[in-house]
Amino acid sequence: MGRIEWAMWANEQALASGLILVTGGIVAVAAQFKGWPFAAYAIAAGVFVCLLEYPRGKRKKGSTMERCGQKYLTAVVKVFGPITRNYYVRAILHAALAVPAGFLLSTILGTACLGIASAIYLLAALRGEEWNPIEQKPQERPPVGGGTIKQPPTMPPPRPPAETRKKPPAELAGQENPIPVTVEAE
Amino acid sequence: MGNWVVNHWFPAVVIAAWLGLNVFLFVYYFLLFDRDKKFYYTRVLLGSALAWARASAKCLNFNSMLILLPVCRNLLSFLRGTCSCCRRTMRKQLDHNLTFHKLVAYAIALFTAVHIIAHLCNFEWYNDSQQAADGSLSSILSNLHQDEESNKWLNPIHTNSTTPAYVTFTTIPGLTGVIITVALILMVTSSMEFIRRSYFEVFWYTHHLFIIYFAGLVIHGIAGLVRGQTAESLNKHNPEHCVQDPTHWGRNNTDSHCEEPEFGSIPAESWKWVLTPILLYVFERFLRFWRSRQRVVVTKAVVHPSKVLELQMHKKGFSMEVGQYIFINCPSVSRLEWHPFTLTSAPEEDFFSVHIRAAGDWTENLIDTFQQQKPKTPRIEVDGPFGTASEDVFQYEVAMLVGAGIGVTPFASVLKSVWYKFQHADQRLKTKKIYFYWLCRDTGAFAWFNDLLASLEQEMEESGKTGFLNYRLFLTGWDNSIAGQAAFNFDNDTDVVTGLKQKTSFGRPMWSNEFSAVATAHPRSVVGVFLCGPQALAKSLQNCCHQYSSLDPRKVKFYFNKENF
Repeated sequence: MGRIEWAMWANEQALASGLILVTGGIVAVAAQFKGWPFAAYAIAAGVFVCLLEYPRGKRKKGSTMERCGQKYLTAVVKVFGPITRNYYVRAILHAALAVPAGFLLSTILGTACLGIASAIYLLAALRGEEWNPIEQKPQERPPVGGGTIKQPPTMPPPRPPAETRKKPPAELAGQENPIPVTVEAE
Repeated sequence: MGNWVVNHWFPAVVIAAWLGLNVFLFVYYFLLFDRDKKFYYTRVLLGSALAWARASAKCLNFNSMLILLPVCRNLLSFLRGTCSCCRRTMRKQLDHNLTFHKLVAYAIALFTAVHIIAHLCNFEWYNDSQQAADGSLSSILSNLHQDEESNKWLNPIHTNSTTPAYVTFTTIPGLTGVIITVALILMVTSSMEFIRRSYFEVFWYTHHLFIIYFAGLVIHGIAGLVRGQTAESLNKHNPEHCVQDPTHWGRNNTDSHCEEPEFGSIPAESWKWVLTPILLYVFERFLRFWRSRQRVVVTKAVVHPSKVLELQMHKKGFSMEVGQYIFINCPSVSRLEWHPFTLTSAPEEDFFSVHIRAAGDWTENLIDTFQQQKPKTPRIEVDGPFGTASEDVFQYEVAMLVGAGIGVTPFASVLKSVWYKFQHADQRLKTKKIYFYWLCRDTGAFAWFNDLLASLEQEMEESGKTGFLNYRLFLTGWDNSIAGQAAFNFDNDTDVVTGLKQKTSFGRPMWSNEFSAVATAHPRSVVGVFLCGPQALAKSLQNCCHQYSSLDPRKVKFYFNKENF
């Protein structure tokens, strides 16, 4: 099991725990069980955990699949720098968050799951893993050919010889293709 | 739409039946627990949370029974074999077993959530009833039979100084419930697609927590905490009538004679649902073990460029068909892991082979082990073959085979087999012409397939049947230098990239051109289009099939088959 990044699994587990905390909390608050303030806390803690864990970290090797719409939260999580990057901090944080929810039956499942996530994060931290944000790829392409090509060709090969092609106008307006080019629907 | 119905009617029926049974079970048992007189007093304490809990429990039993069945691959293979009289499309659906397994797993997760929420309410309200000292119906019911040794009580909580959490952890159903739910959650989080594809071992080993799940499930109901009025008691005490005057139960001086109600538990029944699948699964694992013990002789191991290992093997009694796959285990790499690989040899050959590409921990270790060339080749265990054979390819007069990337692997088997059949004038082979399209980013990892095409090309030339196989290779990952080289070597006989007679094209194929060329060349044939590749490609091929099929039944028709090899 050489290349396992435990943090990835800890992240899934923590996200699931957050949802369970929220669900258990809502049930207890809605039905007004005894001790429901703990449930209200659990809802808040659950939401916080979900927000913290939603942006997936970057894998060391290979490409990482982003969760849908995570870039907004990545920006927020990135701001906290070493606090969110270090997994020891996360392990302790989750363990601490889990404890108060353990006093009420509805949320005790969330405690157990978050506790397990905390343990896996501890394991990840011991192995030196870190949370790195997934950056957006730069939008513009670097100039082709070191800037020596002024107007890269716009037609894919095979291209007819230059004489049959109209000379491109000065300001790179759309080219009229002398040979019909079918655009393949992707 | 018609094509979809023909290919997918069976899974649609299965899923509809499964959904229907779930809905039926849920609604039936919900109404039973919500209306039956037996549970009248239970409902006084618990409201409709009783019905929600019991109905979801039934569905959980049903789905827990189903979930083990799709992963018994040897059993499914056996069914497939004995059903040879069935239509092929039906047998092919057994290949969607893992999809069904996941669907059932989602259902289990959903019903677990419902069940737990309902029982949270139940525990809380039982506790409230026990602690209520206001002489209400709930407190009267809760105090019934609490002091005696008899088992006739209704409220499982016997003291009024406890909490639901304490009760949960000191009763069998509560404790087992928590344990199996935690096991279930761990199984679910480690089976997320991202984790499964990147860290297979985490998924595989965590998934064995299912043993705890089933053990806990069977034990879960034995304490009988959910109770209804016994039949005997119902004869002497009609709840609808007696509920009006609870303080006078058991006394003889009233007009309406009501004895104290007595309650009994619902017997545990999870074991009835899951016993057979558990036994089948145990048998399946034993069968896998037994099959793996049979000797596999590695007759040849070749490491191709770009870290591809070809293993040619021999096993007594092994017989395969085109397009099937096997599971391979290498104890020296990992004792417990089995990984699937498509067979790349034809059934007519006297060995079976797989081409293993480095794509993760296990494959890399395996390739390293073989590369070290130890004097004693590592032992290999094989389970299989599985999967439905793709015999359909041989039924079409003209076949268009499209393999994208790794999807080209099963076509190795297909092409070799077709060639053998063609050479020996096999009657089962109706194919007269094959068009093969190979799309890949770069040929590096598939250089071995390259060699296969080269040897086929040579054999065709030697037997004078060059027109039989027409293949095109499309390199979608070209760059300027490759294109420059191709232009430079334009006049050479063989292609500069592959060394084949057929020239490589760069970029993606223009399917409309290809289809119209085939349609023009074979104006009256039925053409089968087979794809092993990504979904987007499937869509465009399907569109082309519709577009270029003539409405006239005598003229050319394209039939699209997406094979999930």
